[in-house]
Amino acid sequence: MTTSEMRPGAEILLRALKDQGVEVIFGYPGGAVLPIYDAIFQQNAIRHILVRHEQAAVHAAEGYARSTGKVGVVLVTSGPGATNAVTGLVDALMDSIPIVCLTGQVPTHLIGNDAFQEADTTGITRPATKHNYLVKRAEDLARIVHEAFYVARSGRPGPVVVDLPKDIVINPAPYAPPASTPHRSYRPVVAPDAQAIARAVALLKQAKRPIVYAGGGVINAGPEAAAALTRLVRETGFPCTTTLMGLGAFPASDQHFLGMLGMHGTYEANLAMHGCDVMLNIGARFDDRVTGRLNAFSPGARKIHADIDPSSINKNVPVDVAIVGDAGRILEALLAAWRADAATPERAALAAWWRQIEAWRAKDCLRYTQATAPGSIIKPQHAIRRLYELTLAAGRETFITTEVGQHQMWAAQHFRFEKPNRWMTSGGLGTMGYGLPAAMGVQIAHPEALVIDIAGEASILMNIQEMSTIAQYRLPVKVFILNNQYMGMVRQWQELLHGGRYAESYTAALPDFVRLAESFHATGLRARTIEELDPVIHEMLATDRAVIADIAVDQAENCFPMIPSGAAHNDMILGPEHEGDAAGITDEGLVLV
Amino acid sequence: MAGNGAFRTATISVLVDNESGVLARVIGLFSGRGYNIDSLTVAPVEDGRGRSRINVVTSGTEMVIEQIKAQLDRLVPVHRVADLTQEGPHLAREMALIKILCTGEQRAEALRLADAFRARVVDATTASFVFEMTGNPDKLDAFLDLMRPLGLAEVSRTGVAAIARGARVI
Repeated sequence: MTTSEMRPGAEILLRALKDQGVEVIFGYPGGAVLPIYDAIFQQNAIRHILVRHEQAAVHAAEGYARSTGKVGVVLVTSGPGATNAVTGLVDALMDSIPIVCLTGQVPTHLIGNDAFQEADTTGITRPATKHNYLVKRAEDLARIVHEAFYVARSGRPGPVVVDLPKDIVINPAPYAPPASTPHRSYRPVVAPDAQAIARAVALLKQAKRPIVYAGGGVINAGPEAAAALTRLVRETGFPCTTTLMGLGAFPASDQHFLGMLGMHGTYEANLAMHGCDVMLNIGARFDDRVTGRLNAFSPGARKIHADIDPSSINKNVPVDVAIVGDAGRILEALLAAWRADAATPERAALAAWWRQIEAWRAKDCLRYTQATAPGSIIKPQHAIRRLYELTLAAGRETFITTEVGQHQMWAAQHFRFEKPNRWMTSGGLGTMGYGLPAAMGVQIAHPEALVIDIAGEASILMNIQEMSTIAQYRLPVKVFILNNQYMGMVRQWQELLHGGRYAESYTAALPDFVRLAESFHATGLRARTIEELDPVIHEMLATDRAVIADIAVDQAENCFPMIPSGAAHNDMILGPEHEGDAAGITDEGLVLV
Repeated sequence: MAGNGAFRTATISVLVDNESGVLARVIGLFSGRGYNIDSLTVAPVEDGRGRSRINVVTSGTEMVIEQIKAQLDRLVPVHRVADLTQEGPHLAREMALIKILCTGEQRAEALRLADAFRARVVDATTASFVFEMTGNPDKLDAFLDLMRPLGLAEVSRTGVAAIARGARVI
């Protein structure tokens, strides 16, 4: 086919996807996209994965994208197809995940007529996407699709919607290859400013109590960026903490790693953030779950903020040095400048700082007590610890996804990641129902890997229909449910803030997850007491098809440590394992939950 | 939104691709993030590249205004964001059509004030005037204050068009 040859829009669309390197589409058919499905049917280059709900298509594409670094692609029909996808789009927007979502639309001449399955998709998704397009002319189709991929993956990545009226995908259209010229207006800065780098290094060299605070931007910048972060931290000898989204950007086993920071971060990470004199934020956005009370956030620190998105800088926290650019290139530049700078780092002060940090670390803030006598109830933290230890022993490439809630925080605390792109979680939006479809997307991208969705019994029900997709494609996804019969994080807040009145947080009439698994052609396992835990995990890992492991855990367990909302980092609650703690939650904090 | 400190007004000009939805993106950004819009104008600018210029007058702390500019700048169809208030002296002009309903002595007084403010009479009946007036928004406000006791009945304002003084272009 020559570039001047006119072909049906659906064929042009698929050719553009192929030229963008697309191998997999997650989607669900419907009237407006039938011509596209017909074109998919007649080719073999791109694989289509049929989900059971459009929200799951986006989460699956997110899991695919997050675990590969590629753009995830979604195809849904008009109207309800598009509106069902919106939660996934906002999730990808908040967590900066590159997605291209193709939505069907009623034919151009019917737009605005309240036609069957019509929705104002570009209007609805405008604040839900990084950018969106409505293709109105056949000659724009190929260019817009290429541009959508460029926008999705460039700068701070995000979701892009391309709305495709049915006549556009039926009528002949010309093809155009990906543009070789720069985009007319959207050209994010990736190379850091040398002066900003020099100012940052000057601050780092003088630092007596430094900390490196890394976020999801390091993961988005690719594995080289994570490697550069590791080199920089080891060479400077600085302590390093990461956000929820940044887990895996720095090896958890490294002595410089203080664990995750923020609301359920470690004692040592949060106190180091509070007490530091120079903070290097790389690829994180001073989220409210990280900063706690803003006017008490790291009061004595001079702050360096490196981010690809200029609008993230000085948004929540004023900083002293701003570096705009790609995290990997910034880290390389910082390391080069660190080596070139003649000033001697404050080694003695740094050693004293580490002694302080080790004293905080000695508090062992993630400690829990697991009774070992047969019949003892399983602590949720222990279930994650054993899952981690036994998967580590199994030695397979392992990817973890989560739903949202207590289990997610326990997973972030107790599962340890050495490499980037192995941890998929809904950070910004906090979308229950994310983990199962995300695991599906990860497994599609990594068929041989061990993919585990660490779930709660409430979250898993939000996209449980995807067990059917998992069965159809024989995906050996493992679902590890910490079942406490409560929306645990809701219950925890109700206990702390609302007088223990557990309004609607108890999940009555739960399904029998073992039989549920079996009905979806998967293996169902259950652990009720401590002696059943390890055998269930062993069996789950040894099973080469999908498994739901229902782990009954202590219903009363809360997630600690915890910075109550509206509190400062040095006002942490350490939980029942530690004495002398008091919840200092203010009315102001109540609003911030 | 964080950012203590004094409020200031900013007149921001934004060059955008003249495509459908671009105004909705800009307005949605302001409403979605809780920023103020004091005035907003948009029209194609004939530079042969299919661009429009949006002039927006907003107010906030310095931190908020920096945020507004950064947020505008990352919209895909945005080519340039210029804070005219910050970048140097600039001209701001607004046009208003002002309807006065009055009789007798008040008519003469309205005409005298209109003359002093260089407002033109563009329509008149025995019971009404419509004045056309152009100037910076403060001047329009001052004129409207004076017209209020004289039978001010209706106002239609265009919003602010703004441009930098001197040879500087955005």
